[in-house]
Amino acid sequence: MNSVGLIVRRELSSYLKTPGGYIIASFFLLISGVLFNVRAVGSSARYSLEVLQQYFIDAGGVVVVACVLLSLRMLAGERAMGTHVLLFTSPVREGDIVLGKYLASVIFLLVMIALSLYLPALIFVNGKVSLGHIAAGYLGMFLLGCSTLAIGMFASSMLSFNHFAAVLLSLMLTALIVSLLELGWWIGQVSEPPMNALISYMAPYMKHFHPFRRGLLQLSDLVYHGSVICFCLMGSTKILQSQRWR
Amino acid sequence: MIVVDKVSKYYGVHPAVHNLEFRIDEGECVGFLGLNGAGKTTTLRILSCLLLPTSGRVTIKGLDAEEAPHEIRKLIGFLPDTPPLYPEMTVRDFLGFAGRLRRMEREAVERRVPEVLSSCGLEDVAQQTIATLSHGYKQRVGIAQAIVHEPKLLILDEPIQGLDPVQIVEMREMIRALRGQHTILLSSHILSEIQQTCDRILMLHEGRIAATAAEEELAGSRGKRIRVRLEVRARSVPDHSEGGPESALRTALRDVSDVLEINVSKQSERSDVWTADLSLGLDCREEVAQALVKAGFGLRSLELKSTGLEQMFLQLSHQGGEKPGTSSEEQAS
Repeated sequence: MNSVGLIVRRELSSYLKTPGGYIIASFFLLISGVLFNVRAVGSSARYSLEVLQQYFIDAGGVVVVACVLLSLRMLAGERAMGTHVLLFTSPVREGDIVLGKYLASVIFLLVMIALSLYLPALIFVNGKVSLGHIAAGYLGMFLLGCSTLAIGMFASSMLSFNHFAAVLLSLMLTALIVSLLELGWWIGQVSEPPMNALISYMAPYMKHFHPFRRGLLQLSDLVYHGSVICFCLMGSTKILQSQRWR
Repeated sequence: MIVVDKVSKYYGVHPAVHNLEFRIDEGECVGFLGLNGAGKTTTLRILSCLLLPTSGRVTIKGLDAEEAPHEIRKLIGFLPDTPPLYPEMTVRDFLGFAGRLRRMEREAVERRVPEVLSSCGLEDVAQQTIATLSHGYKQRVGIAQAIVHEPKLLILDEPIQGLDPVQIVEMREMIRALRGQHTILLSSHILSEIQQTCDRILMLHEGRIAATAAEEELAGSRGKRIRVRLEVRARSVPDHSEGGPESALRTALRDVSDVLEINVSKQSERSDVWTADLSLGLDCREEVAQALVKAGFGLRSLELKSTGLEQMFLQLSHQGGEKPGTSSEEQAS
């Protein structure tokens, strides 16, 4: 097994053996379930399509929050425990560390959102929605989560001190970056062209998740999420490499 | 094995280490001694390829630390001041993970982990999760992860930090047992620890090497000065002696040629017991005792306070690092 596989396996086993992973998954399932009941289904009669779209809007937001929390387990958590020294004094490349930890969190995300499939399944059984729409929405949630995790990895790689405060700062920094990107969409609504297109294009949730919840699969959204993930992972790797110089 | 050539590391404008230059041969056990903030941890982190020096060059087994860090890391086992342990893993699983991370084959890990568990006294807790272990056991696991891949160079940063006296003795024995199998670099701010485990000492002060030598040489460079404290009763000292018992005590001790400094104090106003702190050029405690008895003092105790090395460490630490071999008297002159 190569270094990436080794790190992925250890991380996944850590998710299963510590309460952190269970707490985040429970949070996601509980909040998305409550929102499904209160907002998507509601008390008045609705078309199943509307219910499904509302479910994706709510669940997408909860995925972002869950992934911000999940990202803390990556580099910030290692630093707080002092275990980053083991990784960085072993013959493992920084890119392998970043990729291993990222892939583990992505697998956890996949399992977590898969556990919520019973909610759209209820709509599918009791209403009239297509499987393609559900698949597109879930792909959107998955990509949105992957982008948030990558942003979280990038934010925590920038904080090089080894305290529990780093975890808190990493949380705040990730939340700040995600909020600023989303804020871009709102600013884009009231600003003039051509800047409005550029600013609003940066929003992962408002701009690049909503087509998925409508059941649309657009290449531009796939490219956006792919670019965010690549940029953040490569950036994290470069930052970790540069830390030897600090 | 290790060549450190004019290495400096700056954090902003603050020099953590400055112009370090030393060599360490294969199989040596070298102690880095210095107070907190002396630059020990930075030096060890540079040697373990966690940090790059701002200037200078480090080569380990002919490999440059800047150009071939991954090759060097295969040769190194590192225990930082806080052992890098995953609390949710069992000791056995963690050692297996550490071995695989250092590119060991699965078969080699299966062979080596039981050996390391045995040599570090961890067999009884092998299936326990690390979170449930005592601090002493966690430190042992820290050493075990550092040696699991049989590294040529073992770097231990403050390995006895936070251990109780029994655990310190056990840790010392464990480190002694590792000598000969690895080249060992060990840091501590506790002199006695370094004295008891290392062949050679590098004394760091404010980021610079203040002294480097084998323990005997360091002691020798100070003419083996020792510090003693004695307690005498002045009841039988003749009353007519000029200046009273204090003066008589000084006169008696001045006749002993190797007494360099005398500080005398009375224990209390009513008491006739006097305490004197002496600095001796050589260990001449018998002559001191004879001189005191001859002068009519009742010798109640004569206690060795510190050796030359201890004294030198304190001097270097307090005076900003004078060169070894230069006594305070020589400097004053």
